[in-house]
Amino acid sequence: MEKFLKPVEHAVAAEKFISDEARTNWHDETLWFVRAKRDKIVHKLPEWESLRELGSQIKNHALSNLDTYLLAFEKNAQANGVKVHWAADAKEHNEIILEIARKNNVKKIVKSKSMLTEECHLNPFLISKGIEVVDTDLGERIVQFRNEPPSHIVLPAIHLKKQDVSDTFHEHLHTEKGNNDPQYLTEAARQHLRNKFIEADLSITGVNFAVAETGGFVVCTNEGNADMGAHAAKIHIACMGFEKIIPKAEHLSVFLRLLTRSATGQPITTYSSHFHRPRKGQEMHIVIVDNGRSKQLGREDFRNSLKCIRCAACFNTCPVYRRSGGHSYHNATAGPIGSILNPNINMRENADLPFASTLCGSCTNVCPVKINIHEQLWKWRQVLTEEGYASSGKTAGMKGMAFVLSYPKVFRFAGKAGRWIIRMFPGLVNNTLNPWYKQREMPVAPKHSFRDWYIKNKKA
Amino acid sequence: MSSREDILKAISQNKPALVESPAMPVYPDSDQTSVLEQFIQTAELIGSKVIQLKDWQEIILEFENAKANGKFVVNTISEIGTPDVSIDEMSSSVDLEKIDLSFVRGQLGVAENSAIWVDDSNLPNRLLPFICQHLVLVVEAKTLVATMHQAYEKINTFKTGWGAFIAGPSKTADIEQSLVIGAHGARSLVIYILS
Repeated sequence: MEKFLKPVEHAVAAEKFISDEARTNWHDETLWFVRAKRDKIVHKLPEWESLRELGSQIKNHALSNLDTYLLAFEKNAQANGVKVHWAADAKEHNEIILEIARKNNVKKIVKSKSMLTEECHLNPFLISKGIEVVDTDLGERIVQFRNEPPSHIVLPAIHLKKQDVSDTFHEHLHTEKGNNDPQYLTEAARQHLRNKFIEADLSITGVNFAVAETGGFVVCTNEGNADMGAHAAKIHIACMGFEKIIPKAEHLSVFLRLLTRSATGQPITTYSSHFHRPRKGQEMHIVIVDNGRSKQLGREDFRNSLKCIRCAACFNTCPVYRRSGGHSYHNATAGPIGSILNPNINMRENADLPFASTLCGSCTNVCPVKINIHEQLWKWRQVLTEEGYASSGKTAGMKGMAFVLSYPKVFRFAGKAGRWIIRMFPGLVNNTLNPWYKQREMPVAPKHSFRDWYIKNKKA
Repeated sequence: MSSREDILKAISQNKPALVESPAMPVYPDSDQTSVLEQFIQTAELIGSKVIQLKDWQEIILEFENAKANGKFVVNTISEIGTPDVSIDEMSSSVDLEKIDLSFVRGQLGVAENSAIWVDDSNLPNRLLPFICQHLVLVVEAKTLVATMHQAYEKINTFKTGWGAFIAGPSKTADIEQSLVIGAHGARSLVIYILS
């Protein structure tokens, strides 16, 4: 198992990201463009809001009956000739896959995008065991060549520019140096990956939705890479977090309508594949993974986060994500929803994430299954501070604030002193030792407080 | 098998009190003319080419022409001609990779997203609609429905081992959000709608 590196705090990593202002602006605008596409398409559906509500209610129901649905799913999948495995954590998930690979003497694996396998650090594990693992989603392949994790769950290479991709492909695929044409670069990747699909012994895909009623699962891609892999290889393993369960096939209509409109502003992905039984001569496996999810189910305040369908609408709209980049969240799932899911897995290492938000509520407004994302971020801040995981600076600041705000006289004095200092000795506050001065101008201090003004004008 | 028991136990202890499943609303189907119009509009918007036809004759001609031009064409529809028997479940991906063009029947089309349902019963090999360079899907106009809700009422996802909604040619926007048609799957999708 790959060692988790001690993550760099979000704010520190973000500072590095925003040091290139032009690139930060470009990143911000690119994601806002995706958010705008989402707005345009959802407004075409008069029933959009009722569809969100329906999706949310189906998920509420599914979570409240999850064990029964998982058992039904298992039974039906087995009856369909699919092997079902259960993994308590990332380690077990990876070992189950290794065992299947070893049993079948597998040397080469193709993988379609699966954030769960990223969460479990499957690639480095398999590679360390001498197995070739190739990510086949174009964005994932680009970041894999660069030895980077994806920075976005739907748009894995969104942090990179054409030039970066061109340089990467020149190095690994020997494309023309300086040719930045996306069509040319995509064609090179197509040729390279077609060979990988044809050679692979085993294909791994994620799962977008698993249907209890039929024991089947649905995988959505625009490129067709999941299907190329799954139908070409003699073994197909689908990895799913257990929250992917929905009760019935008819519910797929709701989620397939919500998913891509929210994700990229498309009416549906190019391919929405429904897998039920292996083809003749093929082996099909499903690995059902917990990895902290059952714990989150028990946290009443954060349970709703398990309704997430991984559309990333909350990423694209988040003013902090857009300006800090996915890598600053130091986890497979970044953005607002990742900031709720990751402290559940490791509070100490992810205590910084719920603070990486303005709590503006935009994430909640766009969520297709109505997760109260910004409220959960605010609740995490309280839990993490109580449990002693907030940074020492924040804790000291909060204690100081608590003292100042508890005593009106102290509050008034502090305000007066602050206004005086800012006016008389601006250099004392306008310096880099003051975190509020970073990337901001300090406000002009008025001579009097609002309270003074109010007392003076009350009678008039 | 202990992880299985542990996970199920943890879930049953941690899950909230039972919440009723919501009733699925009835989404009224639109009239066939507007469904057809919307289907065509959406399909063209996402990069498919739509051709409306009265009968099979023109498709047969297209098929014969492609063959005469030396293309490796695979037909799976009996109305077009005897389905190609050289492709079956056991065909290797190395052989399938050489296919230029395939003709496949779609069971129904969805107007809101121009997705067409295809399953094992329409295909000699699941890989065919993905690995061919160009894809032709044929649907009958009377099978078009307004939304995904009506589509799921009509199809049975479980009937065969695999099925998919296919909407447009394979595409990606992973390089600086520039839309590129032809990622891994078919580089083009032509939809014939038979009235």
